[in-house]
Amino acid sequence: MSTDPGGLTFLDRPNSYIGRSVPRPNARRLLEGRGVYVDDVAMARLGHVAFLRSPHAHARILSLETGAARAMPGVIAVVTGRELAEVCTPWIGVLGHFKGLRSAPQHALAVDRVTWVGEPFCAVVARSRAEAEDALALIAVEFEPLPAVVDMETALDPGTPAIHPDLGDNLAFERVLDVGDVDAAFRDAACVVEETFRFGRHTGVCLEPRAIMADWAAADGMLTVHHSFQAPHMMQDILAKHLSLPEGAVRVICRDVGGSFGIKVHIYPDEMATCALALMLKRPVKFVADRLESFQSDIHARDHRVTARMAFSAEGDILAVDMDDLTGIGPYSVYPRTSAVEANQVVNLTGGPYRHRHYRARARVVLQNKAPTCQYRAVGHPIATMVAEGLVDLGAARLGLDPFAVRERNVIRDDAYPCAGVSGIKLETLSHQAALAKLKAMMDYEALRAEQAALRERGIHRGIGLAAFIEITNPSAAFYGVGGARISSQDGCTIRLDPQGGIVAAVSVTEQGQGTEAIIAQIVATATGVPIEKVRVISGDTQATPYGGGTWASRGAGIGGEAAWQAGKALRENVVAVAGAILQADPASLDVRGGAVVDAATGTERMPLAELGRIVYFRPDTLPPGVQPEFVATRHYVPKDYPFAFTNGVQASYVEVDPETGFVRLLKHWCVEDCGTVLNPLLVDEQIRGGIVQGIGGALFEHCLYDADGQLLNGSMADYLVPMAGEMPDIAVAHVVSPTASSEIGAKGAGEAGTAGAPAAVVNAINDALRPFGARVARQPVTPEVVLEALGLI
Amino acid sequence: MPSDAPDRDTAVAREHAVSFTLNGERVRCQVPARTHLGDLLRGTFGLTGVHLGCEHGVCGACTVLVDGRAVRACLMLGVQAEGATIETVEGLSESGRIRDLQDAFHARNALQCGYCTPGMLVTAAELLAECAGEIPSREAIRAAISGNYCRCTGYHAIVDAIATTAEARAARETAE
Repeated sequence: MSTDPGGLTFLDRPNSYIGRSVPRPNARRLLEGRGVYVDDVAMARLGHVAFLRSPHAHARILSLETGAARAMPGVIAVVTGRELAEVCTPWIGVLGHFKGLRSAPQHALAVDRVTWVGEPFCAVVARSRAEAEDALALIAVEFEPLPAVVDMETALDPGTPAIHPDLGDNLAFERVLDVGDVDAAFRDAACVVEETFRFGRHTGVCLEPRAIMADWAAADGMLTVHHSFQAPHMMQDILAKHLSLPEGAVRVICRDVGGSFGIKVHIYPDEMATCALALMLKRPVKFVADRLESFQSDIHARDHRVTARMAFSAEGDILAVDMDDLTGIGPYSVYPRTSAVEANQVVNLTGGPYRHRHYRARARVVLQNKAPTCQYRAVGHPIATMVAEGLVDLGAARLGLDPFAVRERNVIRDDAYPCAGVSGIKLETLSHQAALAKLKAMMDYEALRAEQAALRERGIHRGIGLAAFIEITNPSAAFYGVGGARISSQDGCTIRLDPQGGIVAAVSVTEQGQGTEAIIAQIVATATGVPIEKVRVISGDTQATPYGGGTWASRGAGIGGEAAWQAGKALRENVVAVAGAILQADPASLDVRGGAVVDAATGTERMPLAELGRIVYFRPDTLPPGVQPEFVATRHYVPKDYPFAFTNGVQASYVEVDPETGFVRLLKHWCVEDCGTVLNPLLVDEQIRGGIVQGIGGALFEHCLYDADGQLLNGSMADYLVPMAGEMPDIAVAHVVSPTASSEIGAKGAGEAGTAGAPAAVVNAINDALRPFGARVARQPVTPEVVLEALGLI
Repeated sequence: MPSDAPDRDTAVAREHAVSFTLNGERVRCQVPARTHLGDLLRGTFGLTGVHLGCEHGVCGACTVLVDGRAVRACLMLGVQAEGATIETVEGLSESGRIRDLQDAFHARNALQCGYCTPGMLVTAAELLAECAGEIPSREAIRAAISGNYCRCTGYHAIVDAIATTAEARAARETAE
């Protein structure tokens, strides 16, 4: 961590808010029900859109009769895919650095063929959503059902038809990595374990469904879009491109966002259609997904089958990993981030904590007629972690070794950094050993093992599961930009000092509840010396903030935060320069603390900022000649020396399995992670806890179920289970702190860590409990049925 | 999507007059038969703190108090509000009745995106009122809020905040 010009580090500034559990300033209004989500924004002349969605997994649209719908009361317009295509151009979700990745042109509204249950192909705009839905019911459609590719296991079979005939087959992407001499390592190994892991499809279930409202003001030539979204500038760019508007004619505003988790960072056909409809109708149009539409058309995630093996020495050294990943992504690679990233991350991350030097991985990404999948929280991480950690536990059991000891033996040593992981990833500084030690003490591992053994005697079957992991955060342009995607990896912050000594900070990273605005306020207050109560933060508006990527991939604090720190420092330098001129003091001898210019050495107040502001803004005539105050500063930041700031952590789960019912009770969960500088422990810990519970959801409950015809079977919250309070454990969180030297603030991300490790910890705990029965599970979600199957009871 | 096309206009969309007490004020309005209470409160009265998450009565985001009991606004028709006393998070906030609970949520960061929060607060307010000075166990709190989904926090902090509020209220009652 470097030293700032005032001679003080980031952490040591007087009145520093860094590392303090400052409550989020913007949370109060949410607590009073005064949040403003998209559906809360009032707009005159508003049209509500409802979409006709495909009831078939794959079908040709033979005819579409809309006359009766157009005649319904309240209907403003009925628009087909063909009509909409004249306003909104199609897109293809590929990236240049994913060599060979293929997809097909996708329209906002399907034109002549539908490719999954829920794909929109016709829109009704009416004075109310209810009237729009009334009219939808009167549209007559004639379909010719086509063969549906549902099972990813057979998607590549020669007899399976290609969903997009132009592509020839259903293989969208394949990556093979072969490092070291894998065959020799397995040949010489004392112990080889193998498992096939299955990861069910699940989805984000943001409590606020996707929502967008677009208003085309023809007189201004301005499309204003209120959007429940994570990346406003990306949306601006894409709307401009596909609606053939200049960039400056599109403004995207993201106010409160009711959960996102990666769901709200992709281009959705219905959202593009809504904006196109606003252009066509020259009036505001709003779309709010209902819950069935959310399950049918939000991106899904996971849906992987991984067959993997791990080679060990007799002493328990991991020698090699060999794995094969197959994943089904729906009929299109999602624009613009593509649907190949999760499989690619699985290849990059599997076994990432460990020291083995032989690694072979193949990932195949196949098309199918189900909802498209794309990046959702902890992209690829839970899969990679489950595969490696599941195999480590199998190896430990086979060798008669303690699973904690095997991990301690194999993790990359804390003094080995910087180094490269076996997949080639560059690791700056990680702390697996310190994290394991901390976890062991925190959970009192030995005592827990003793308790487990004692209870087993009494027929109570508890298990302890461990999961070490690495996490990708702070992505540079290496993530998307180098592949040609117009997704900003740099972010900016503009800070203005107002006359009374208050600060307005505008940032390009965005807030969906993580606490982005809170940590920006903390950093800005610390950097400028202004009390945090006098800092206001603006985010989520392409017209009001610097240009940037938004919030995703755990980048808000590490990238947006550094931009804010640099902007704050620059503003403080400007302030002391002007104050020095007024006070006839050397600016280097001055600092700003507690909202006043002070003597840096003694802390004695020289001038309140409010007095400085009064002079600068209202009596500039009294300033010394040649002094031009600049009380606005902007700085941008992008990580340059590493493609990603990897972090690490380890989780543990303690569960009880009822071998008669297959029910799993979560008793306790622990996580030690290392996100570098902890800017706000309160916020980081809750990110971790929330992430863990989301991971547990995928491990035990959440599953998008399709039948053999590609029909989604559980499109409601009553049928699709998410974690509820009564089933979740208390979660203990602790940190190891290894700041990144890439930035002055040293912060890495923390948003994925919980979700990355929780499924493996829980599933390993279940298998630990089942070990006396000679049973094990490897299919998520691990429902009671899966447990009973493993026990041979059903 | 409605499938009962022909008679829709005459029955489900017909408006009815209702009057009820909303956040302490007597109100009167016309409401179509098919409009649920959540849409009525949001659309006619601008009470956008009533959040719609599933409209199937599962997620709990739209929870309001009807005659003192926590009710899913999406499972009650607007016409059923006739004569009722309804309180939303806006009313509970303005009256100051849940100020301590809101402070505890804020201090503990027991909310992230804020979408479940109004419903969660209403359910917690009902639990705390029922406890009447007794301190509920963590298990009891978890059971009470099990009908309110939160996708952000993992619930731990919410349980902490409700427990803290219960303890503080019990201590106050003892002191008085």
